Amino acid sequence: MTTVASVQEGTDSPYALSHLDALESEAVHIFREVAGEFEKPVILFSGGKDSIVMLHLALKAFAPAAVPFSLLHVDTGHNFPEVLEYRDRVVAAHGLRLHVASVQDYIDRGVLKERADGTRNPLQTLPLTEKIQSEKFDAVFGGGRRDEEKARAKERVFSLRDEFSQWDPRRQRPELWNLYNGRHAPGEHVRVFPLSNWTELDVWQYIAREGIELPEIYFAHEREVFQRGGMWLTAGEWGGPKDGESVEKRLVRYRTVGDMSCTGAVDSDATTLDAVIAEIAVSRLTERGATRADDKLSEAAMEDRKREGYF
Amino acid sequence: MSTITTEGLSATTLLRFATAGSVDDGKSTLVGRLLHDSKSVLTDQLEAVERASAGRGQDGPDLALLTDGLRAEREQGITIDVAYRYFATPRRRFILADTPGHVQYTRNMVTGASTAELTVVLVDARNGVVEQTRRHAAIAALLRVPHVVLAVNKMDLVGYEEAVFAAIAEEFTAYATELGVPEVTAIPISALAGDNVVEPSANMDWYGGPTVLEHLETVPVSHDLAHCHARLPVQYVIRPQTAEHPDYRGYAGQIAAGTFRVGDPVTVLPSGRTTTISGIDLLGRPVDVAWTTQSVTVLLADDIDVSRGDLIVPTKDAPATTQDVEATVCHVADEPLTVGHRVLLKHGTRTVKAIVKDIPSRLTLDDLSLHPHPGQLVANDIGRVKIRTAEPLPLDSYADSRRTGSFILIDPSDGTTLTAGMVGESFAAPEPVTDEADDDGWDF
Repeated sequence: MTTVASVQEGTDSPYALSHLDALESEAVHIFREVAGEFEKPVILFSGGKDSIVMLHLALKAFAPAAVPFSLLHVDTGHNFPEVLEYRDRVVAAHGLRLHVASVQDYIDRGVLKERADGTRNPLQTLPLTEKIQSEKFDAVFGGGRRDEEKARAKERVFSLRDEFSQWDPRRQRPELWNLYNGRHAPGEHVRVFPLSNWTELDVWQYIAREGIELPEIYFAHEREVFQRGGMWLTAGEWGGPKDGESVEKRLVRYRTVGDMSCTGAVDSDATTLDAVIAEIAVSRLTERGATRADDKLSEAAMEDRKREGYF
Repeated sequence: MSTITTEGLSATTLLRFATAGSVDDGKSTLVGRLLHDSKSVLTDQLEAVERASAGRGQDGPDLALLTDGLRAEREQGITIDVAYRYFATPRRRFILADTPGHVQYTRNMVTGASTAELTVVLVDARNGVVEQTRRHAAIAALLRVPHVVLAVNKMDLVGYEEAVFAAIAEEFTAYATELGVPEVTAIPISALAGDNVVEPSANMDWYGGPTVLEHLETVPVSHDLAHCHARLPVQYVIRPQTAEHPDYRGYAGQIAAGTFRVGDPVTVLPSGRTTTISGIDLLGRPVDVAWTTQSVTVLLADDIDVSRGDLIVPTKDAPATTQDVEATVCHVADEPLTVGHRVLLKHGTRTVKAIVKDIPSRLTLDDLSLHPHPGQLVANDIGRVKIRTAEPLPLDSYADSRRTGSFILIDPSDGTTLTAGMVGESFAAPEPVTDEADDDGWDF
């Protein structure tokens, strides 16, 4: 080993932040930049753990004042009831304003058609982008993390979207230091990802450290499920089980929360945060690989949806 | 390598680092091995790579598919953009800025290096220090990345010879030291065979130093803050105006450098008004002291005018404010930067109008020579510029502070990020640039 002009050998400085403190501080910085530079930001809030952590960070960023953003939920119509209950309770507790963009409305009006495979995830893009346009949101916080998917690994923290909400990976702005560039033309908006640098494990550790409450479906519970495409899906009116698929009661939990038609449960007996963290730390599957059917549609499924305006 | 356990995990620190290597130096293999051997590549990801590789008629899994995330990248077999990767060991968590090594992607290396505390420069042991290696060292020096690792790769192809490694390490270290790189650690590796990446090599018992991963796990992540100029760019003013907090007025921001304590006399720039810190809230919790990269809210003893864009500094250690910025820049946009260009300059939390007054020189990275008065900088060019701003800015030298010594230029017409700037002298400008007469005949 050749070492020249060593700055400081040995242990970490007492001023070094723990990785969770560093990620928290960075995310808060991102929330405050948006509050300082945009007219009408909104936080995408699904009641899933990433959006719950985003809201928690926003509450801390502006304390003791209120969060200066409203929330937006894209409701697929196939949500877990426990999650909707959680969503409404949190919104009420913090006196927040919730916008809902409803996929069911679009289907009822005949604007969108139900897909043969029953999944409604790809149908979220139109209600989302139209709501952004009609409410004139200029910054839209998403809980996307770069560790989720390889197209996401290329995503900027501030991601410029054109008037059609499209993402063009070749036209991304370089992001230098922590100098985020939020300039955009009228009609364009910026997707902002404060959890870009977090991993699934970071999110869980942070939830444990901060004592954040989650919807119960994240913890092991008995549930009627059936197998489709290698995943345990919840039986329900959304379209399962079909002929040849049989329902059984299993001890499961969810790693992600999304549309019931494409979000799978995993076998688990983890009933506490510590048990969940221990389970994830040794898991050999990524969260999306384990539980999301829509990402398996093609090698570039996520990239293609993102290009169209998906979050 | 042990698997992560839950206990003690949150006490680990975070290291941001970047890789730099030419196309065939084995960068993907090194990144792949770090991810794979630290158990950060999970079964379904490997399966996806195997599926894609097989679908394209390849025999084994192509690990580059793990890191090339975009359709165009996979189609062309190249990396076109910076990607960020995450992995962890029981000792530390890592954010890797995986930057393309191609010559025309200097801007991507600059992007990756801007937030990195360490850069790994890869060299092919058979070729030694080449032009591209010098370019990587120069960018690491320019961006003032505190730690540089020279990974001499493909040692298996030179018979694991100590002499080969020693000669390359010596040449590189001498060159990097001349550029002002504070620390170089040279490690002989074979990314393909796994020598000295995660596991120590049995083939090179003459090498007594750490493996790449060991070094990444133990390199210090913070400097001694006692010697840093304290700086807090004000991002947002927090005023609840509620019954519970009728008079709360807090100045929120992420500490860019140094430490702040309750009771410190401070000055607010650019106005120059002085007061005292009466309280510090660390995300809702009052503290006596706060330091670099903590996001805080500062309360001041006097009711003075402070708003987004202002900089709070210790009264005894305030930077001068100026409207004349001299800097080394890397141009990152496709459209050239020209003399007379009207731009926006974002420094900390402040964005001001500015005009490019002069481009005294362009740097040739190959030999570090200066090309005088190039007239413009095109994409990936590094050069010296002189910029006049519409309002005074409190600028530090980039050598003193990577955060308050850096800025970006933005095209006011479409918001494009044009240029990355580093204030003050650098190795790229050994001779001081003299001021020309001010031209007051312009406005916006």
